Amino acid sequence: MRLFTFAAPSRFYGLSGALLPWLWASALLLASAGLYVGFVLAPTDATQGEAYRIIYIHVPAAWMSMVLYLAMAGWAAVGWAWNVRLASMLARAIAPTGALFAFIALWTGALWGKPTWGTWWVWDARLTSQLILLFLYLGFMALVEAIDDPKRSDQAGALLAVIGAINVPIIYFSVRWWNTLHQGASVSMTAAPKMASIMLTAMMVMTFAFWAYAFAVVFTRTRAIILEREQDADWVRTLVREEAVDA
Amino acid sequence: MGSILNAEGLACRRGMRRLFREVKFEVSPGEVVWIKGSNGRGKSSLLRLLAGIVAPDEGEVRLATGASCAFIGHANALKDDLSALENLRFMAGLRGLSVSQQDVLAALQTLGLAGREGSPVRTFSQGQRRRVALARLALEASPGLWILDEPFDALDTTGTAVLGKMLSGHVAQGGCVVLTSHLELSLVVPDLAPVREWVLGATS
Amino acid sequence: MGSGGDIVKARSSVWRVILGRDLRMAGRRRIDALLPVVFFVVAVTLFPLGVGPEPQMLRQMAPGVVWVCALMASMMSVTAMYSVDHADGTLEQMVISGQSLVAIAAAKALVHWLTTGLPLLVMSPVLGVLFDVRAEALAALCLGLLLGTPILSLLGGVGSALTLGLRSGGVLLILLVLPLTIPALIFGAGAVSAVDAGISPAGHYSLLGALLILSALGAPLATAAALRIALH
Repeated sequence: MRLFTFAAPSRFYGLSGALLPWLWASALLLASAGLYVGFVLAPTDATQGEAYRIIYIHVPAAWMSMVLYLAMAGWAAVGWAWNVRLASMLARAIAPTGALFAFIALWTGALWGKPTWGTWWVWDARLTSQLILLFLYLGFMALVEAIDDPKRSDQAGALLAVIGAINVPIIYFSVRWWNTLHQGASVSMTAAPKMASIMLTAMMVMTFAFWAYAFAVVFTRTRAIILEREQDADWVRTLVREEAVDA
Repeated sequence: MGSILNAEGLACRRGMRRLFREVKFEVSPGEVVWIKGSNGRGKSSLLRLLAGIVAPDEGEVRLATGASCAFIGHANALKDDLSALENLRFMAGLRGLSVSQQDVLAALQTLGLAGREGSPVRTFSQGQRRRVALARLALEASPGLWILDEPFDALDTTGTAVLGKMLSGHVAQGGCVVLTSHLELSLVVPDLAPVREWVLGATS
Repeated sequence: MGSGGDIVKARSSVWRVILGRDLRMAGRRRIDALLPVVFFVVAVTLFPLGVGPEPQMLRQMAPGVVWVCALMASMMSVTAMYSVDHADGTLEQMVISGQSLVAIAAAKALVHWLTTGLPLLVMSPVLGVLFDVRAEALAALCLGLLLGTPILSLLGGVGSALTLGLRSGGVLLILLVLPLTIPALIFGAGAVSAVDAGISPAGHYSLLGALLILSALGAPLATAAALRIALH
């Protein structure tokens, strides 16, 4: 347990509070830079014109949604296995943000699809898997919300998240199989324009921007959860009293 | 002789509220421990911890090796659609006890339910259901630990007397009992002795 | 811990005890037990009414429709797997009985398959005929469901244990379990389409079989863990 002294909620509360302004600033700067490079500097695509630029949001969002799911499952598992409350709180805080990125990926996918292929939605493997990932996020959020007891909620969520994490590759594989079998969609998200290095740069910068944003939002949410869960602790009582005096 | 059940450092939370902490508890063969405490203190939660239904948040519960532990909670654990006989056979099978039809009928007879073994439990009154649930105890193998949550609930005077005799007999054979009851045991089952009272106190 | 022989005997007897009890109870409530099958038939018949009776289209839709409705019908009775035992206190007794909770979970899934999955499987060729599905395709449908319905029971058990005692239980369970059943749906319905198109369905069957083995190994473990969590 010595390893986890930094995982004391009070320590995390203080540390994250100090980091937050920096995270928000980074997110803003990186997003501006990324969008500038992607929407202004990067060249127009030969086949897809200007509309392709949406991938600078779509692809990083898709990556984030997948990575955040693994992070959520990982922290939830740590919280369950070693009884670290903060880890479970982090997992709960990650879920809505992960779901948001999944939704953004789907929505930007539709925005890309309409001018490029004429339809708002294509049932290609990646988009369909993205939709299922959104369902997995929603399921997690629904389950932890439905359980009142905090410990049961954390543990049930952890089990569900781990089952989901194991199933994601299986689901992705089966959806790809389904997609190739049915020969329906000749269009695919993987038919992205050839990557000039500047395009890659734009995507990387946007990814970092999304990371900074994710950290900022998840930390903010975690702080709120900490205050709620630890409301009986002395340090929280002191904090609340101080804030009330300041107000 | 060592204790059958040994628990220390037990803590329990219900939601965000902590019910109790640093609870130390021990039961030795031949004892009847009556857990007392006002409503909402967590007596049922403590019994569930001792029975092993729930793993404790803190502390540990140790049952002596080879000792058996039977738990009867508020709920009777009976299936409405099955007969009393079928219910008891299921419970015995679940606990790995090999019992014959005769054993089960004898157990039901002890609890005053002779002749009703074939009727579905759905047709039994509350008191009769309680008796079927308690009949399990007569099927237990060696005298071990019985953990009973409000066992006298719904029983009439005859039923109470029968249960009292079962408890006395069990204790005389070296078994032990942990129970809760809102009834005053010295009035209701005066022949049951020795009864050690153990109060679940307030938290810090 | 007893010797290996004792453990095997204990495990086989817990199967017999659980199967014996649950099957007996299902036999006494036959109408309740068959409600999912009725739902299955009704749901499947809605599709032609919704999309029109054109035979070619129905034949193409058939595997997907039958599979999805079988999924839904299976979920109908899955909540009851543990909720009833939980409510009357039997589940607690199972947990402290000293029997392996994993074995109990596996036995319960088997009971669900015997009482819901198997009847659905039996009904499916009849429904396939309504959709004018050819004989070989019917066989593919049945074999696929034979492999797939146990998967549904196993996954349903996990969902049922996770959502034990929750107010929103039934619908929440469906939301949690259905995404996990998508691979089985894809391979199962895909097998029928493959046969229809003249392609070998062997790949589909092997994948379904693999899913079944994975579920059979993993789901009871997850269910046992979920039950312990739920009883907290």
